[in-house]
Amino acid sequence: MRQRVLPGLPLSLGLTLLYAALIIALPILALVFKAASLGPAAYWQIVSSERALASYRVTVACALAATAFNLVFGLALAWVLVRYRFPGRRLLDAVVDLPFALPTAVAGIALTTLFAPGGWFGHVLDPLGIRVAYTPLGIIIAMAFTSLPFIVRTVQPVLEELDPALEEAGLSLGASDREVFTRVVLPLLAPAVLAGLSLSFARSLGEFGAIIFIAGNQPMSTEITALLVFIRLEEYEYQAAAAIASVLLITAFVMLAVTNLIQRRALRYLQKD
Amino acid sequence: MASSTRSRRMGPVRVGESPAVRRTLIGLVLALSALVIVAPLAVIAVEAFSKGFGVFAATIAHPDTRSAVVMTLVTALIAVPVNTLFGIAAAWSITKFDFPGRGLLLILIEIPFSVSPIVAGVAYLFVYGMQGLFGAFLQDADIKILFALPGIVLASMFVTAPFVARELIPLMQAQGRDLEEAAASLGASGWQTFFSVTLPNIKWALLYGVILCNARVMGEFGAVSIVSGNIRGQTNTLPLHIELLYHDYQTAGAFSAALILTVIAVFTIIAKALLERRGAGRVRAATLAPTAGPAEAAKETP
Amino acid sequence: MKINLDHVVKTFNTFRAVHDVSLSVESGELVALLGPSGSGKTTLLRMVAGLEFPDAGQIRFGEQDATQIPVRERGVGFVFQHYALFPHLSVADNIAFGMRTARAARRSKAEIDARVEELLRLVQLSSLGNRFPAQISGGQRQRVALARALAVDPKVLLLDEPFGALDANVRRDLRRWLREIHAELGITTLFVTHDQEEALDLADRVVILQQGRIVQQGTPRAVTRQPNSAFVMRFLGDTHQLSATAKGGQVTLGDLSLDATGLADGPVDVFVRPADLEWAGQGSGDQPGPGLPATVTRVIDRPGARRLAVSFEGHGLELDVAPEVEVAAGDRGRLRILRSRIFPA
Repeated sequence: MRQRVLPGLPLSLGLTLLYAALIIALPILALVFKAASLGPAAYWQIVSSERALASYRVTVACALAATAFNLVFGLALAWVLVRYRFPGRRLLDAVVDLPFALPTAVAGIALTTLFAPGGWFGHVLDPLGIRVAYTPLGIIIAMAFTSLPFIVRTVQPVLEELDPALEEAGLSLGASDREVFTRVVLPLLAPAVLAGLSLSFARSLGEFGAIIFIAGNQPMSTEITALLVFIRLEEYEYQAAAAIASVLLITAFVMLAVTNLIQRRALRYLQKD
Repeated sequence: MASSTRSRRMGPVRVGESPAVRRTLIGLVLALSALVIVAPLAVIAVEAFSKGFGVFAATIAHPDTRSAVVMTLVTALIAVPVNTLFGIAAAWSITKFDFPGRGLLLILIEIPFSVSPIVAGVAYLFVYGMQGLFGAFLQDADIKILFALPGIVLASMFVTAPFVARELIPLMQAQGRDLEEAAASLGASGWQTFFSVTLPNIKWALLYGVILCNARVMGEFGAVSIVSGNIRGQTNTLPLHIELLYHDYQTAGAFSAALILTVIAVFTIIAKALLERRGAGRVRAATLAPTAGPAEAAKETP
Repeated sequence: MKINLDHVVKTFNTFRAVHDVSLSVESGELVALLGPSGSGKTTLLRMVAGLEFPDAGQIRFGEQDATQIPVRERGVGFVFQHYALFPHLSVADNIAFGMRTARAARRSKAEIDARVEELLRLVQLSSLGNRFPAQISGGQRQRVALARALAVDPKVLLLDEPFGALDANVRRDLRRWLREIHAELGITTLFVTHDQEEALDLADRVVILQQGRIVQQGTPRAVTRQPNSAFVMRFLGDTHQLSATAKGGQVTLGDLSLDATGLADGPVDVFVRPADLEWAGQGSGDQPGPGLPATVTRVIDRPGARRLAVSFEGHGLELDVAPEVEVAAGDRGRLRILRSRIFPA
């Protein structure tokens, strides 16, 4: 028998595998099984239907826009939180987590009320001809809200640990502030930024609760893929729901792989030998 | 010249320190944060009391709301402890032993994070629902999982399965096995090693994971909305109840119920901030930081 | 307690960390396992402790086969490289930990407190019992780790790079102090180090490892005076290597002839240490006599001596001369070889 120094492997690994198998793997396999039972032709017809394609377009385009907004706002937030001292900084630091802590349904009705035509923001934006609620813009805002903390929280610790000597070296070599930022600071933040971006994008692709209230949910224009799955279920089109859900599942796996790959590539320079 | 302003400054020379850049950035970020993060919070409170305190109190006291609160609490009371146990077991096996397939197991545990809650709900439907693997069997045996508490608990457990594990694994990885080996060399048993050596050194991270897990369980919407069946007064959790009220045009009622969850969310971020001062969450963050070595990150001053 | 290792083998994945090592440590002996990183010394120590288990071979404590006894029951005191002090426990609680385990013989609180006091005195930290590990210095932590290991009355004391993380001054003091504690308690002690000075200073016997095998063992005097390989020669201190040819039991270098009895004819490497060389300057008046013709390239003044960097047939060599010797870069002279070790190339 193989001896182990520390006790508890059979118990802890047994529990872990049992739980991971029953709670995580089994449902996913069941979904895959259900989608696969359609056969390739029927599967393809469902996942490439006009309405499904439109939902992918809406979801991906809005997620990209939301992630782009979060890139700028998230970086600025992280920078301000780490680099500057000002009254209310700690409060701001804590408040950044609100989108994670606030249930998505609550966020959804709050954002909808804010941006609805008579709402606090709506009555300012409406006269300017900007409609947010029940348009793709609303989807973007809901996605941006729910995934905002990702970039802040991945960039912040790296920025905190950044060695001041690197900036001093850059400045001593005659670079301007901007040059040091773009050529020294930003490349060092890149792995964290990329990680945050991919997390933020993945979350936006899968978001449901916050979006359905504000989106309007019109097929072909403001219907996200997750909602289409839900609608197919309500129509008792179980296999169609499984097929479209499997597209979301595959996307999630691809995003997981991409995130890992990006991080490994971006952190290449840290690998020893 | 930038250098002339810089020479008068104390402390290290860093970029972005000129007063103009500083003020602009702080101002912009504060303004945007107020619009994007604080305004939703404010609108919840305002809307909850928009029809007066009476409507708020009536909503809170309504049997359907109370039943939703109970449902949410019971779900959390089951799902959070189970996930905590799972997180500890997973972290112990993954960080204290070497076995083939560790990397794969780590990925499996992380999957619920990347999967849309809708996918999670649908997946559970195909296990326990009538269309699913065990549906016929469960019906014959007269066991109700879907559209009942067990389904809600299971879906919530799926969605939050990684929360505790992902806090503990990087921390315990960074702490290494020395402390447990030292305890064993001094004659401690396995449980004694865990309770008197491991647990005291991970307690803040554990609590941190538990609090985040709890917040997510209580707030989960997508996955639960598929498996609950939305039976008013029976299988509605608070988030589902909010949706119901909102779509019934009982806006003030919806926001009153939402206020309960918002208060929990605010307490969560306060607890989170307090725990972060004790070092929780730091090691996981440091795994992305190129300069912070694991030895440095593992340092915990009692 | 006598320790015996019999043909011990340990492989990690495909890396063979320990190859067929046999070693015996006498009761009360203080033995150093010395080797560069990757030589298998720590793995060997951890197998003695029961923190790793050998793939083959046997480890005996006295007459008992300890190979499969778990660390918890093996009765060893192990001092970890980075001390592994429990950060959430005070110094006194760290020391008492082993006496409070389920396995330990039942002791009253008063007994434990008294023993902790005694150990704190032994490691000269009487006033620091209430501090936490993070609040004391590295050297103090090291001593707490030792006291904690001693608290369980181990049959064997094992130390993994005990002074590795400390400043040079602290190391020297702690070394003396560990020597004294060993003399006082007489526990069989095995420690791992990559620092030859530490091994030679502290141990009764030095076991030198290379790539998972024991290459030489003996008293500090034996291993330093009769290194049995080029590796040991180099590893134990500064060495110069000169290529030459052996012929009929003789090696000729310049106009020197060195004894190489027993060496087969063929290319050899001659190893000399700086202290094995002597300088005879041309202008110094004394007869240069036989030696290697060399030129001084640089003179480095040090507190106790002048170090000469000289060049002989393209080889750079270093040696020390007395502080009063007048010599400067560019001077020519001869090198005498007082001692050397010759190994086949």
